[in-house]
Amino acid sequence: MKYRSAFDIIGPVMIGPSSSHTAGAARIGRVARTLFNRLPKKAVISLYGSFAKTYKGHGTDVAIVGGLLDFDTFDERIPTSLQLAEEAGMEVVFQVEDTVTEHPNTVRINLYDDQSDLEVVGISIGGGTIEITELNSFELKLSGEHPAILVVHNDQFGVISAVTQILANHEINIGHMEVSRKEKGKMALMVIEVDQKIDQEIMKEIEKLPNVTQTIRMVD
Amino acid sequence: MLFRNVAELVELAESKQVKIAEIMIQQEIEVTGLSREEIIAKMDRNLTVMEQAVERGLNGVTSVSGLTGGDAVLLQKYIQSGKALSGNILLDAVSKAVATNEVNAAMGTICATPTAGSAGVVPGTLFAVKEVLNPTRMEMIEFLFTSAAFGFVVANNASISGAAGGCQAEVGSASGMAAASIVELAGGTPRQAAEAMAITLKNMLGLVCDPVAGLVEVPCVKRNAMGASNAMTAADMALAGITSRIPCDEVIHAMFLIGQSMPSALRETAEGGLAATPTGRRLEAEIFGKKN
Repeated sequence: MKYRSAFDIIGPVMIGPSSSHTAGAARIGRVARTLFNRLPKKAVISLYGSFAKTYKGHGTDVAIVGGLLDFDTFDERIPTSLQLAEEAGMEVVFQVEDTVTEHPNTVRINLYDDQSDLEVVGISIGGGTIEITELNSFELKLSGEHPAILVVHNDQFGVISAVTQILANHEINIGHMEVSRKEKGKMALMVIEVDQKIDQEIMKEIEKLPNVTQTIRMVD
Repeated sequence: MLFRNVAELVELAESKQVKIAEIMIQQEIEVTGLSREEIIAKMDRNLTVMEQAVERGLNGVTSVSGLTGGDAVLLQKYIQSGKALSGNILLDAVSKAVATNEVNAAMGTICATPTAGSAGVVPGTLFAVKEVLNPTRMEMIEFLFTSAAFGFVVANNASISGAAGGCQAEVGSASGMAAASIVELAGGTPRQAAEAMAITLKNMLGLVCDPVAGLVEVPCVKRNAMGASNAMTAADMALAGITSRIPCDEVIHAMFLIGQSMPSALRETAEGGLAATPTGRRLEAEIFGKKN
């Protein structure tokens, strides 16, 4: 069953006009913001396919920027988000790309500030449902609907079991998990979607593990 | 899952002697683990969003592109003139459906039912029949759960996405959902609700998704108008005792197969149908030439 809840049918509450081009776009922006964990100084937003062709009319641009400002799909500030971003001190650059992507509704978001930068690729697959497909050049699949832990680590034996052992100790169930790496033995990324809330303390425990270089917590 | 298709849904409601809405609420409790109170409160909030959208649209809005807006107001004035031919409740439903989609096109707040592009039909018909049936708040919430139950079956057995199944999957589904809910609110049986859904959907089969310039405006707003009137008519037919010769689940399956054989140009790509007419193309050039 693709749809499980009455609220998949009667919902979401959202700013119009399109569940895929507006609500989905806002969700991708918001996941990028959550992954960055603060308001970026600069956002470069590259639009592909149908997003690139129709973004003005669908408000895809203001929806993504609204998401970056941490607005939900129903936040009435979405239509004025470009101005609000400027007031908040976030520079926004839009790029319309010609490259044909696998999914017609694709956006690449690059976020920067003095401390770090982040690259996220997201797709809007319909009815407001999204997937994050790339993070800092790592391929992944993240829905943003569940709490998740992202762990950047050295591609060595034992790291995965050490991380999952910590989750088991805290009685946290894993709903979905995947591991990807750029090159054998180099940098790798673990994406773990879980059913329970993840405390900051658990994150600290994971960060202390050998071969773990960075962790990101995604709260739903 | 308590039910997977309309036949099971109707049987369950009949054997338990409860409304379809009640079956949907029970399933929601089972699937989400939330309490009945939490689930009803959540739907109550969605109902409030719908109410506010209708109200806003009836006061007049215009979309960002300028293609749509103001028709709900025109229709309300026409109803008030007393010259309307189709009946005031029917036209009230149409104008309230239009109102919701005009708000959607103007980047206002709406509740997707089942999608943003088809968000007008369910609230449009609900707030029109409300004027004559005087339901309680809880009965209005139940109206939405009944819609959810039928939409749930369509979404899982066919599609509610224009890109996948054309407009029949969006406005078609919404209209079928609304028809079933009207029947239940008016005191019809679960079986009559299913008949209304079948009759409505049969008359929406094959409807393509061909939005001008790819925007959720033309013809989407007026498709919601016709969806609402289709739902009202089918609900009255079912309440009169008329049945569908083709069972509801088979109509849903037919919709699924029609969607699969629909060319991509007619599934939300703005490449065919009304989008490809000379005027459609001219409007597209004007909007994007001006804005991009």
